[in-house]
Order: sequence, then C-alpha cells, then structure tokens
Amino acid sequence: MYAVFRKEIADHLSSKRFGILFTLVLLAAMFATYVAVQNIRSVVTVDTEFVFLKIFTTSGETLPSFLSFLSLFIPMVGIALGFDAINSERASGNLSRLLSQPIYRDSLINGKFLAGLAILGIILASVIALVSGLGLRIVGVPPNSEEVLRLVAFVLLSIIYGAFWMALAVLFSVFFDRTATSMLASVALWIFFFFFVSMIAGAIADARVPIDQNSSVEMVTKNFEIEGMIGRISPCALYGEATSALLTPELGSLNMALMWISTLTGRMLTPLPFSQSLLLVWPQVVSIIALAAICFAVSYIRFMRREIRSI
Amino acid sequence: MEQIVETKDLTKTYNGFTAVDRLNLTIKEGEIFGFLGPNGAGKTTTLLMLLGLTEPSSGTVQVCGYNPTREPLKVKSIVGYLPEKVGFYEDLTARQNLSYTAELNNLPRREAAERISELLATVGLSQVADQEVSTFSRGMKQRLGIADIWVKKPKLAFLDEATSGIDPEGIDDVLKLVKSMGKKGITVVFCSHQLHQVQEICTRVGILAKGHLVAEGEIDRLGRRTIGGGRYRIEAQVAQLKPKLVDSIKEVKGVMEVQVSGNSLLISCDKDLRGQIAKTIVDSGSLLLGMKIEEYSLERIYKKYSKEA
Repeated sequence: MYAVFRKEIADHLSSKRFGILFTLVLLAAMFATYVAVQNIRSVVTVDTEFVFLKIFTTSGETLPSFLSFLSLFIPMVGIALGFDAINSERASGNLSRLLSQPIYRDSLINGKFLAGLAILGIILASVIALVSGLGLRIVGVPPNSEEVLRLVAFVLLSIIYGAFWMALAVLFSVFFDRTATSMLASVALWIFFFFFVSMIAGAIADARVPIDQNSSVEMVTKNFEIEGMIGRISPCALYGEATSALLTPELGSLNMALMWISTLTGRMLTPLPFSQSLLLVWPQVVSIIALAAICFAVSYIRFMRREIRSI
Repeated sequence: MEQIVETKDLTKTYNGFTAVDRLNLTIKEGEIFGFLGPNGAGKTTTLLMLLGLTEPSSGTVQVCGYNPTREPLKVKSIVGYLPEKVGFYEDLTARQNLSYTAELNNLPRREAAERISELLATVGLSQVADQEVSTFSRGMKQRLGIADIWVKKPKLAFLDEATSGIDPEGIDDVLKLVKSMGKKGITVVFCSHQLHQVQEICTRVGILAKGHLVAEGEIDRLGRRTIGGGRYRIEAQVAQLKPKLVDSIKEVKGVMEVQVSGNSLLISCDKDLRGQIAKTIVDSGSLLLGMKIEEYSLERIYKKYSKEA
C-alpha cells in the first residue's frame, strides 16, 4: 500500500489541480485575514479573553470570516481529491494492470484515500498556520496555550470534515463510470447540504411552529429547536456548529434558542474551558467521523466485491 | 515439460450466466499457448481466474503450483498480465510507469532502474523512455505493456488480444517480442482473434466456445483430426499425366495420400516435399505446370470447432 500512497502523494503534489486548489484556499484565507484585521478592533474589548481566535471568526460588514471561507472551500478540496480516484483508473485501462501486480485489491483504495487525506492535511494545516502567522504579525497578540489547543482541534476537525467529502467523492467514483458524473453527484450533494438543508429546516420549523415578532419565547425556542434538529442532517451544519464552538469559547451552547436569547439580552455567556467546548462539540465530531467512515466503508465494500471485468 | 497451469472443472457464473463451464485446461511450462474463441467465449474470465483477480464459482485451479484464489500475491508476483486495453499513467513517462510497476513488485530501486533501461531497449522504446505516455501510439503502448510484464521477471505471461488495434508493423514487433519471451523461457498464453498470428507463434492451442473447451492440442494434431491427411497439402498441376505417376509419388517417403482431380494432383504429406515430388513428376515424363503448398489452416480448424460448439 505504501507504493500506492507514495505515488498518489507525488501525483497530487505535482498536479495542476493541487496548485489551483492551494492557491484558491490561500487567497481566500489571506483575504479573510485582511478582513478580520480590519474589523477586529470593533469586536475586541479590554476584557476579551481570546483575541487571537478572533482572527478566524471576525467578518466584515459584507465579507465573511476565515471560518466561513473555509467551510465553503473544504468540501471543494475534498471532492477535488476524490471524485476520480477509482473511475479514472478504470477509464484509462490502468485498473486491471495495477491489480495484476502483487498487491491486495484494497491497497489501491486505501492508498488513494490515505494520500488524499495527507494532502488535505497539508493544505489545511499550512493555510491555518499561515493565517495564524500573518495574524500574529499584524495583531501582535500571541495565542495562549488554550487558543493553540483550540486551533489544533480546529485543524483536526477540518481534516475530518474534508475526509467526509473526499470519502463521498470516492464513493461516487466507485459507483459511477464517468468522472464527470461522480463530480456532478458530489457537487450536487454539497449544494443540497450547504444551501438547501437549512432552507428546508427553516421552512419545516416555520410550518410546524409559525413565529413572528410577537411570538412568545417558548414558541421561538421550539421553532429554533426544530430548525436545529433538521439542519443537523447536514454535515455542513455539524461542522459549522463544531467549529463555532471551538473558535468561540464564549459560545456556551449549540442551542440556537439559547444563543438567540443571549444575543437578544445582550449578554454573552461565560467562556467555556477547552475541555468543556470539546465535550460540547463531541456529538458533532463523532457524527462527521461516522459519516466519513460510512461513505468509505460502502465504497470499500463495493470496490472489493465488484468483478474485475466490470470494475 | 511440467504443467504450469492446470484447471479442473473450473466454472464461473455471473448472475446466472455461466461464462466458463467445467474447464479442464493444461498448459505446459515453456510453451506459447494460443487461447482462442469468439467474443464472450470466456477467455478473459479464465485469465482473470488464473490470476486470482476473479474467484471461480467452482472447480480448482493451480498456477505455478499455487492456488490463485488463496495465494493471489504469490501468483501475481510471477505471472504477468497484459489486458486488451492496457492503460498507463499518461502524464508519466514510460520509465516512470515501469518504475511504479517495479515498486509495486518490491524490486530494489537500483536493480529496477537497470532492468527498466534494459527492457525499454528490448522493446525498442529506449529513445522515448523519458517521454510522456500520452504521446505514444497504441503499438508503442502494447510494447510498453510487454516491458511492464517483464519487469517482474515472470514465469508465465497472459497476453489478452495484445495485437488488436495496432498497425501491421506494430503487430510484427509485438509478435517478435512474444516469441522472444518464449525463447527466454517464459510460458505465454496468447489470446487472439488473429488466427494466422496464433498459428505463427503458438505451439499448442485451446479453443473455447460458450465457456467450454472444445479443442486443445498441437495445431498439427488438431488439423489431422479435423481436416484429415498430413500437415501439408501440395497441389501440383501436371500435363501429360503418366499412369504410374500416382504410384511413384505414393512411394515418396512422407507422402500420406494422393488424389487426382483433372490435371491436378492433391498430395497430403507431413513435410514440405515439393522438391522430391517435382523430381518424381519430371522423372516420370510428365510435365509439371505449377505447384502450391498449403499448411493446415488454423482458421479451418477453428471454424470447424466453433461451428460444432
């Protein structure tokens, strides 16, 4: 498997696709950092405990934060790394030649997946490190140990989230013969999860518990609960919640209603220690890991059971 | 010669369709074996089972003394396979593609580099060794495929339609390489629809039809069984046919049968006896107008067995 892994890493690193993705993510990150630095004064007070983390979460009036940019780009990177993993080998006539070499069949899919994961890790870790470095230089406030821990957790979570999208793209590359179809299917699912699930969740919540400006707190809470529960079928929502909790320690709960109330009353909740934030996001993290594992397991089983002639 | 491949009642069924049906096949070490059959006869499925890439539904198979289903890595480390539509990484050079194969076969890097250079020279691709495979013609890719097989120093090579879609010059190159594989002691199983190519390079053939092995053996023996007579058929056109000429020709050593058809003599024999027969005709006082020789045509043998199947 190591030979496959090595070859895939070399292929990725020398490919134009990697160059484009890396440049795109880097540009977005730089842009988001610039926006954060421009606006950070308005969100930081003398009492603010985690100034360094604000680099990642501060947005402009119209421009999104680094976190929002990353939420958008991670699925793209994951899909780009996996959508043609198997079907391109099949289409080029390489698959049967490769499998006739003394390697187990699963070495191919495992090697490809691990190489993709490594590349994902390289892209995300280096971009986040660059943004941190840039932020440190401009803001001039070094991160404390808890902020470093939160950033490490954020990197790991982002890699896991990217792994989910890559596993999904690999799954489609096993099921569909054409690379264009597998890419389209992956992008379609991303659009559904990213844009439509929140809309559907909002519509269902409003249909079940309609609210307006005069609605009671109880009604609003119920509405938000329904919306939050339905929204969590989307891995994008799970990632959004988890990263928000990790990078915003003041976020003491993922309960939308509670957040709404605290915003309404102008009271911020007490910052949670890292261990508590981790506990808070644990269900989201486990769900994303489970989704990635399911996608990979299904593609693994399908790839292993398919007859070579139809592979 | 030892048996390098042996199958007993080998059967493969896909979703109720029997692709290979109780196949009993024997291939001897060092031979170039022609594996024939129409599309869908089960040739590729058989090769895949022999390589351990597809599991048989029933029956047993031994390749180089190993069971490919239970010991696929051992089989794949000594058996090369050139699929019909061989593919390479188009953005890599020929040398890089072979290096990857060497790496998958756990060859030490230095040994692999030397071997790859030698092989690229053998298949006539030295000058384009560092060019991307995307610039290669189909014939060049097939030659690269043969080098790819050779990287692992195989005992046995399966070539599935290795000459399809290549120009005549390319076909010659590939056939020469297959012959040289045979000379270097590699047993070759050569699947092809090009029967004259099979006849040119193979010592024995197996004919598969609808999953059944309908004939197996040396081309001569199959020809004798199918068409009758000797390996060669000489047709001599003679004027002033003398009565005793037929008897005189029958006395020539190696002649098996003589038939007269108008002014033509149809002589069946085991060797090319054109010289002796011409001399006999002239000595008898008859006038020899022309002569032509025909070997058993594999096509005739193949057609007969396919039709019967």
